[in-house]
Amino acid sequence: MDISYTILIPLIPLAVFLLLGIFNQKIKPTISGYIGVAGLSTSAALSFYTAYQYFFVHGKVDGAYQAIIQKVTWLNFTDTLHIDMGVLIDPISIMMLIVVSIVSLMVHIYSRGYMKGDEGYTRFFAYLSLFSFSMFGLVLATNLFQIYIFWELVGVSSFLLIGYYYTKPSAVSAAKKAFIVTRFADLGFLIGILIIGYYTGTFDFETLNSVNSETGELTLNWASTSFMGLSVITWALILMFIGGAGKSAMFPLHIWLPDAMEGPTPVSALIHAATMVVAGVYLVARLFPMFYFVEDGYALNIVAYVGAFSSLFAAIIAITQTDIKRVLAFSTMSQIGYMMLALGVSKYEGHDGLGYMASMFHLFTHAMFKALLFLGAGSIIHAVHSNYLKDMGGLRKYMPITNITFLIAALAIAGFPLTSGFFSKDEILVAAFESNKLLYFSGVLVAGLTAFYIFRLYFGIFWGKETNYKHAPHESPISMTLPLMVLALISLVGGFIPFSKYVSADRVGFEAHLNYPLAAVAVSVGLIGIGLAWVFYKKENNLASKFANSFGAFYKWTYHKFYIDEVYLFVTKKIIFNLIAAPIAWFDKKVVDATMEGIGNKTVVISKKIKGMQSGKVQDYAFSFIAGVVILAMVFIYLWTN
Amino acid sequence: MEQIIFYILAFIIIVFAIASVSSRKMLRSVIYLLFVLCGIAGIYFLIDYNFLAAIQLTVYAGGVIVLLIFSVMLVHHIELELELATISKRILVGTASLLGLGVFLTTIYSHEFTVVENSVTTTTEDIGLGLLSYDVGGFILPFEVISILLLASMIGAIIIAKGTKLTSKKNDTV
Amino acid sequence: MIAGISIYEILTVTSILFFIGIYGFITRKNLISILMSVELILNASVINFVIINKYLYPDILQGVFFSIFIIAVAAAETALAIAIIINLYRQISSVEVKDTEIMKY
Repeated sequence: MDISYTILIPLIPLAVFLLLGIFNQKIKPTISGYIGVAGLSTSAALSFYTAYQYFFVHGKVDGAYQAIIQKVTWLNFTDTLHIDMGVLIDPISIMMLIVVSIVSLMVHIYSRGYMKGDEGYTRFFAYLSLFSFSMFGLVLATNLFQIYIFWELVGVSSFLLIGYYYTKPSAVSAAKKAFIVTRFADLGFLIGILIIGYYTGTFDFETLNSVNSETGELTLNWASTSFMGLSVITWALILMFIGGAGKSAMFPLHIWLPDAMEGPTPVSALIHAATMVVAGVYLVARLFPMFYFVEDGYALNIVAYVGAFSSLFAAIIAITQTDIKRVLAFSTMSQIGYMMLALGVSKYEGHDGLGYMASMFHLFTHAMFKALLFLGAGSIIHAVHSNYLKDMGGLRKYMPITNITFLIAALAIAGFPLTSGFFSKDEILVAAFESNKLLYFSGVLVAGLTAFYIFRLYFGIFWGKETNYKHAPHESPISMTLPLMVLALISLVGGFIPFSKYVSADRVGFEAHLNYPLAAVAVSVGLIGIGLAWVFYKKENNLASKFANSFGAFYKWTYHKFYIDEVYLFVTKKIIFNLIAAPIAWFDKKVVDATMEGIGNKTVVISKKIKGMQSGKVQDYAFSFIAGVVILAMVFIYLWTN
Repeated sequence: MEQIIFYILAFIIIVFAIASVSSRKMLRSVIYLLFVLCGIAGIYFLIDYNFLAAIQLTVYAGGVIVLLIFSVMLVHHIELELELATISKRILVGTASLLGLGVFLTTIYSHEFTVVENSVTTTTEDIGLGLLSYDVGGFILPFEVISILLLASMIGAIIIAKGTKLTSKKNDTV
Repeated sequence: MIAGISIYEILTVTSILFFIGIYGFITRKNLISILMSVELILNASVINFVIINKYLYPDILQGVFFSIFIIAVAAAETALAIAIIINLYRQISSVEVKDTEIMKY
C-alpha cells in the first residue's frame, strides 16, 4: 500500500509553523487561528484516511497487520551505521496519529476562543503547530535516531509553550525546569541508543523487533557482553526507559509536570495530558518485543514496578492539592503509571498480550477524557479568573455545558460502568491480576483514590459552597464549548470500539471479553470513592478538614508533595553547585581566563618593546643593517660547514 | 724607506679619522677629515698612481672639503660644542664595529693572496687610453654615464636648494 | 707595489678606516658629521680597489677606472646631500638627527 501521502501529516503543521512564525507581525490574529485550525484539520483528515486504508482496505496479511515502511537514507556513515528518515505505519502508530490529531484539533479550536485578545496569539498557534509536527514525526519514526530527534523537538516545543508567558518569572523557571529534567533523562535515552547501535549494529525498529514466529525469539543477534550481571542490551533498555520515564513524568523524574501547569491551559491539555507525556509509553510499546524477550523481560519488570509506584504516589498527592490544574497534573502522572504498569505485566502472544492492548487502549481513552478535563478546567479558570478551589463553588448554575462535560470526564476517569475509562481501566486490572497480585492490589487502590480525588474536584467546583462572585461567571463561547462536547462524546462511546482486534502486541489481534468479577471489584471501589467525595464535598461542611487533621504530619507531607522538590533543590544547590560547579568555575575564571588574558597582556608588553625598532632614526636602521651583515657573515663563513 | 713613509701615513690616517669621528667641534672635525684625505692621497703617490692621487686631492680635498666648510658655516655657530651619543650607545656600536673588524681581518688573513711582483708606473696616457677607448674592455660608456650623472646631480642640487624661492618669486610678480 | 709592505697590512688599514667610518655614521648626532663618516667609508673602499688592482693584477687598470667613478659619484652625492640639509635647515632650523624622526611608530 502506498503511504507516501502520510509524509504530509507532519509536514502540513510544519509549514503552518514556518508561515506563522516568519510572518508573525503581519498576520491578523483571527486569520492565524483559522490557518492553524485548517492545517490541523487537514492532518486529521489524512490520519483518518490512513487509518481507514490500513485497517479496512489493506487489512491483515498472513494473519497479522504488517508494518509498512518508507524511508530514505539521510546520513550514510558506513555500511552498518546510517541514519534514515522515514515513515512507519503499523497499528500503534496509526492509533497515535488519530489520538494526536483529534486532541490537537480540539485544542486548536478551543484556543481560538481561550487565547482571544492575547497579544502573542499568532505565536501561540505557531508553537502549537510546531508541537503537532514534532509529535507526528515522533509517532511515525522508523528508527531510534529519528525518534530521538523528534523527542528533542517535542521537548523544545514544550519549553516554548510552557514559557509562553515569558514575562512571568515562574513560567520561565517552570519551562527551564521541564526542559532540564527531560534533557537529563534524555541522556540515558541517548546512551541506551548508542549501546543498542553498537552491540546490535542497527537502529531500525523493524530489525530490532522482528520475532521469529516458530521459535518465539527475537531474530536479532547481539554480542553477549554483560555488565554487572546483566546483559548490555538490558542496560540499554533500562537506560532508554529512563529517558521515557523523564518524558512521561514517572517517579523520580516527575518534578517538572506540576510546574509545567504555568503554561496556558490548552497547552496543558495538549502536551501535558494527552500527547507528549505519553511519548514514554509509546517508546516502551514501540520496543515491546525487545523489552519482553531480552533476558526474560528483566527491563519490563522494572517498567511495571516504576509505573505502579508512580501511580500510587501521584494519586496520594492529588488528594490534597488545592490548585485544580495541579490535581489534574498528578492525575495524569497516576494514569500514565497505569499505562506503564499495564505494559509491564503484559506478555506477547495473542490474548496474553492483554496488558499491551490495555495500555494502548487506556492511552487512547485517557487522552480524550484528560484533555476534556483540562479544557473544562480552562473554561472554569477563564470564567472565575483563579486556579484555586477555594475561589470556586456552585458553578453548576452558571456554566451548564462545562458542568455536564466535566461530569462525563470525571465518570470516565473514575471507571463508571459503560464509559470508555471503565473498559480500558478494567482491562488493565485484569492483566495485572493475571500476572502479579501485588501490582493488582496497588492498581485497585489507585482506582479508588482516583475516583475520590476527581469527584472531590467536581463537587468542589460545581456544588459545595455558594461563593459570591464579583463578576458573575458566564458560560464560555461556542469555540470553547464545542471541543468539550466532542471530547465528551468520544469519552462516552469510545469504550465500545473493539480495540483488541486492531491493536495488539504481536499485531495479530484477538477477542477481548469482559471479566465480570474483576469488573465488579473495580466498579465498587470506584463507587466507594465517589460516595466518600459526595459525603465530604457536595454540601459545605468541615468533615474534610477534620479528616485531614486526623492524619497529622502525613497530611502535611502529602500536601507538600513529599518534599521531593526540596530534595532536588538541596542536591543541586548544596552538592552540585558548591562542590562541583564552583571549583570548576573558579578554575575557568582564574586559570583559563587568566592564561588567555596573560597571553594578550604579554603580547602588548612585547609589542611595546618591539615597536622601538621602528623608531624613525636612520642611524638605528643602519646599525641593525651592519650588525645583521656581520652576524650573517660570521655564520656563513665560519659556522656553516657544508 | 718606503716602509717608514707608509707607516707614518697609515698612522696619520687612522689617528685623524678617529679624531674626526669623535671631535666635539664641527670645524675641527672637517679639518681632521682633510688630513685623512691628504694621507690617502699620499698612499696613492706611494704606489705610483699619480693621476689618481691628483684626482683625490682635487676633487676631495679641494671640492668636497670646501663644500663641507661652507655648509658648516651656513648652519652652525662655529664655537658650538656638539653633543656626543650616550656612553651605552657608544660602547654598543664600538663593540659591534670591533666584531665586524674581527670578521674582516680573519677573512683577509686566512686567504692566500697571489701577489705579482712588479714596479710598473702607470702613466696618465695609459689611463686615458683605457678610459676613453671604444674597443672591448674600454670604459667609454661608464664615462659618459658618469658625466650625465654629474649633470643630473648638479641640476638636482640647484632645484633642491633654491626650491621655495623660485615659486615665491613667481607668485610675487603675478 | 710598495717595497716591503705586504698586502695584508694595507688591507688592515683600510678595514680599520672602514669601521671607523661606520662607527661615526651610527654614533654622530649631526647630519653633516654623518656625511663626513660616509666619506670615510667611501674612501676606504676606494683604497681597497686600488691596492688589489696594483698588487694582484698589475697589467690591467679596471681598479683605477672604477675608483675614478667612485670618487665622482661620491662628490655628486655629497653635493646633493648638502643641498637637502640646507633645505631641511630652512624648514626646521636644525641639523640635529633627533629632529628628523617623524616617520616612526
